[in-house]
Amino acid sequence: MIRAVARIYSWEVAKLLAQKRTYLGLGAAMLVPLVFVIVLAFQSGRPNDVPLGRFIRETGLAVPFVVLFFMSIWAFPLITALVAGDIVAAETHNGTLKTIFTRSRERGEIFLGKALASFSYTVAVVLAMALVGVVAGTIAWGFHPLTSLSGSKVSAWHGLALLAESLGVYVLPLAGIAAFGVLLSTVTRNSAASVVGTLMWALLMQLLGVLPGTEGIRPYLLGIQFEAWHGFLRIPTDWSPVIRAVWVCGLFTAVPLFAAYLVFLRRDVAAE
Amino acid sequence: MTDSPPVATRGLVKRYGEIVAVDHVDLTVEPGDVFGYLGPNGAGKTTSLRMMLGLIRPTEGSVHLFGCDPLVNGAKALEGVAGFVEEPRFYPYLSGRRNLRLLADYDDGDSRSRIEEMLDLVELRDRANDRVGGYSHGMRQRLGIAAALLRQPRLLLLDEPTTGLDPAGMRDMRELVRRLAGEGITILLSSHLLAEVEDLCNRVAIIRKGRVVYAGGLRELLATASAGYRLRTTDLERARVVCLSQGGVHDVSSANGELRFAADEQAVAALSIALGQARVGVTALVPERASLEELYLGLTEGEAARKDEKEAVA
Repeated sequence: MIRAVARIYSWEVAKLLAQKRTYLGLGAAMLVPLVFVIVLAFQSGRPNDVPLGRFIRETGLAVPFVVLFFMSIWAFPLITALVAGDIVAAETHNGTLKTIFTRSRERGEIFLGKALASFSYTVAVVLAMALVGVVAGTIAWGFHPLTSLSGSKVSAWHGLALLAESLGVYVLPLAGIAAFGVLLSTVTRNSAASVVGTLMWALLMQLLGVLPGTEGIRPYLLGIQFEAWHGFLRIPTDWSPVIRAVWVCGLFTAVPLFAAYLVFLRRDVAAE
Repeated sequence: MTDSPPVATRGLVKRYGEIVAVDHVDLTVEPGDVFGYLGPNGAGKTTSLRMMLGLIRPTEGSVHLFGCDPLVNGAKALEGVAGFVEEPRFYPYLSGRRNLRLLADYDDGDSRSRIEEMLDLVELRDRANDRVGGYSHGMRQRLGIAAALLRQPRLLLLDEPTTGLDPAGMRDMRELVRRLAGEGITILLSSHLLAEVEDLCNRVAIIRKGRVVYAGGLRELLATASAGYRLRTTDLERARVVCLSQGGVHDVSSANGELRFAADEQAVAALSIALGQARVGVTALVPERASLEELYLGLTEGEAARKDEKEAVA
């Protein structure tokens, strides 16, 4: 089964690489930190209200952290939705589900390959953003020690490790958004509805997090988990937001993914 | 399982709300058959095929392919089975060759080695590196055949494979089907092109409004039509008298200077002798058999069909 899923996954990635929308999201993710650095390089202001914003010109390492904050509001959810919302619906639209369903792979294997490809894309765009951010920031302001959220300095290489850890936990809520996108893609069979619906759902999660009266549930909302990486930027590491992000995002990922899996297994492939 | 027929459906039903798309269809396709599945548009042919391939779930009844139920056995039930419903679909942004590679990997992967052979077979090698999005309908049909044959099927399900093809493409497709049948592949051919079915198939099922109204041999179906004859003689009136007096000759009528009657072959032989003895010269004695088209229209639109409809309303 693992071999079959791996083979399907590799083709899902190949299919993504052959489509323009893949590069649209990837390009946007790479463009944002670049534009951010260029604008700041020619202006004197700083994003002081954003974590690490005050230290943006101290080291290029601060750039991806600051961009993470800005892109968590709608940019990364949108980029994630672009692929996750399309991954099953596009097959329905093209009529290719019936083509692959009449070969030798089980529906469950096909679904897993698709879900993995969708998550991989999300990880790829976050990594691409971070890579461009670090490179552009380093060119602009150098590769210097990073000031943590606790105020103490860590070496540049330690800062890079913290960035890797932060990205690792940052992709968790995006996985939750991707899972919801896959669910909508499977159920609605309509790419546009799935992409827009996923984005609306992600924005709703963010909105719930800032509404008064939601303090009790706030730590368990998906949008708040985009801040879990702050835990790694504290000295010593504050594990509580990280651990909470793992299980909260796990639930937000597993439930829609399982529902989508069940629908995918049983769905009729009739004329669309 | 190997002794099980390539296709066996029992009490197959598909309902969409109040609409019954397929209504208790029982079909058996035997090994080596080129089985024509005939019916007007919307009769339920494609829905039946979708259920056979496990693409949609029957409301009632069962499908077995070589003894395996696609709903129970999943993709394993499709081992040795290939085909397409409606037109074959591919990834438009991938080339024809990459589409076939993808599908080979969705099988066992071994079929990759047959891709070039299949591209040659359907005469697409020259365009194999072009994106499928730029292919004509006929090219996609041929690529569909190549994709199906990659699996080295024992059973091929083809849903109107010549639809949309130009006359040369239709001829090539028929020749290919004939050749595959000659290689021992069982073929279930859904079509509303009667000449195609008459040309290729040995057995047929005719479906109307979701119900099978005939299933059996094509020859047997053609033989069910009353055997009629047209007779031209040197003396029409005397010939008529001979016909009326001849045992086994029925429904004698005259029009346009000729006689028409119904009889079996023995009675016709006896009649020809009687006409000679009566010194009536025979200038033409022509058997008239209903064509598949007439039989098909009779079954799907004729008196029997109207009777069914009345019963259904009642």
